Amino acid sequence: MSEPILRIENVSKIYGARRSLFGHTSEVQALKDVSIAVNKGESFGLVGESGSGKTTLTRSILHLETPTSGRILFEGRNLAEMSAVELRRLRARVQIVFQDPYASLNPRMSVQDIVTEPMLVHHRTLGLDRRQRRDRAAELLSLVGLGTQHLTRYPHEFSGGQRQRICIARALASGPDLLLLDEPTSALDVSVQAQVLNLLCDLQDRLGLTYFFISHDLAVVRYLCDRVALIYRGELVEEGDTDDIFDAPNSDYARMLIGAMPEVRVPSTAT
Amino acid sequence: MAGALLSIRDLHLTMKSFDGEAHVLNGIDLEVRRGEIWGLVGESGCGKSLTGLSISRLVPSPPARYARGEILFEGSDILTLPMRDVEALRGKRIGMIFQDPTTNLNPVYRVGEQLVDVALAAASHDPSVLDCAANAGRRERRRAARRLAAEMLGRVGIPDAKTRLDNYPHEFSGGMRQRVLIAMALIGRPDLLIADEPKTALDVSVQAQILKLLKGTVADHDIGVILITHNLGVVAQTCTHVAVMYAGNVVESGPVARVIEDPAHPYTRALMAAIPTKESRRGSLNGLGGRVPNLIAPPPGCRFSPRCPLAQPDCTRAVPPSVAVGRDHWTACLRAKEIEGVAHV
Repeated sequence: MSEPILRIENVSKIYGARRSLFGHTSEVQALKDVSIAVNKGESFGLVGESGSGKTTLTRSILHLETPTSGRILFEGRNLAEMSAVELRRLRARVQIVFQDPYASLNPRMSVQDIVTEPMLVHHRTLGLDRRQRRDRAAELLSLVGLGTQHLTRYPHEFSGGQRQRICIARALASGPDLLLLDEPTSALDVSVQAQVLNLLCDLQDRLGLTYFFISHDLAVVRYLCDRVALIYRGELVEEGDTDDIFDAPNSDYARMLIGAMPEVRVPSTAT
Repeated sequence: MAGALLSIRDLHLTMKSFDGEAHVLNGIDLEVRRGEIWGLVGESGCGKSLTGLSISRLVPSPPARYARGEILFEGSDILTLPMRDVEALRGKRIGMIFQDPTTNLNPVYRVGEQLVDVALAAASHDPSVLDCAANAGRRERRRAARRLAAEMLGRVGIPDAKTRLDNYPHEFSGGMRQRVLIAMALIGRPDLLIADEPKTALDVSVQAQILKLLKGTVADHDIGVILITHNLGVVAQTCTHVAVMYAGNVVESGPVARVIEDPAHPYTRALMAAIPTKESRRGSLNGLGGRVPNLIAPPPGCRFSPRCPLAQPDCTRAVPPSVAVGRDHWTACLRAKEIEGVAHV
């Protein structure tokens, strides 16, 4: 098998003890010896409850957080050993879509400014001039199902689903290979969630993206992801192909999670 | 009808805004009996929460105005009751659980104090809530309220409830805070419980516990519940009945098994098609195009018609009446007969 696009090797993260106004906080082990490999072009789902370390892991992949021990490799190269220039180049290739589209768009920026900003940030890597940036913004908007007429509008004029499309367009602006999706649909209605999920499937097929999908909605993970990892209190409890895990979970934790999934069918016990 | 705990009839609610009057609720009919758990589902902005809030008269008016209709709680119309009587209902006869457990507890009071306050308020209307003599002194009543608070916390599954009473809300996890709110809603022994998205902020495992607790409460105390949610999965697992709301109308209602197995309204069908199931293949989900209409100038006739795949010209003429498509199963759609799989009655 070829080199995975992202490899997380024995990563642990400990937040140190702190003394604050309200007394001591003890040491917190957010991640404990986590190893994951994400292959190019696949959708990898990371499932865990709140407080399980999903966010810490995501922040570590973006190198916003340095692991206490272990290595994170992007295409075989250790993030911790990269120079500032290399890191900047890397960040054009790893982008993120956040959970809440109402909180992650600057209300004072027009859609065009929002979508072109990553191109400005990564100007040295991408080297697009003003006109090319404008064209690319229009192209990105049509890619996510919006039109050029939306370029001059502001975030408050859009619905939740449309905002999340803008967030996706912004994430795609620097031409990433790996997209981190942090619960991109949990703030949306089911009807809109379905559209965004379909858009994500479609984009992956067209652009060959790799998804690192973080969620606690198992139904969505089952729908979108090829492989899944379950994380509980900072430890990886199970990893494997989506179908295998959902059909025959090995750990008690996986069984419990899957058992607690609210499925839209009439339970056999109902009268 | 006899036996109904709550019956909402032809409820119309309008809201004044800068752009004009929005018709937020447009003739809601709903009947809840004891022992029933009603799920209220629909997209955001369909009037689910406002229906819930109307039942305890928590919608500020103005800007709200009830143009028509009535909300009968055990026969008396909540909308025309004097405010003092409504306040006597709240907390005591009608319990409410709100959406966000992190913002609905006062951070500067101990959990126990907040529960005791609710218990004492409920006892001032019905002394039998507290297990003490009617003429008991203040201190004794407080002690009884504290005993009751500890008992309720224990009942909603918080271990070591007695010592936990002295904790502050920030010392509880999200799921535990939600349970405190449920205990608080149940402490006055309500007959009707309104739960507005009680699990949006929770993990699936905690959510499953809470829903189980809710079901247990209904079985133990024979109360009626209205569960407001946008998760049809939760409805299927928890509720006995469901009412699907769209843009201020109940478009379909009936027993859960009937509605989930034979949805008779195109909107219910669309909602169900949008949920990923075990069988759905990648990229095959059917999202529902468009969005909930502007309620200041709603589309004429059936409000769903602009997004409806089955819409015909006559759909825009008048609001479709509710027709029965099965036992207790109603749908407000002119095309109901064309929807396959529905038994014609």
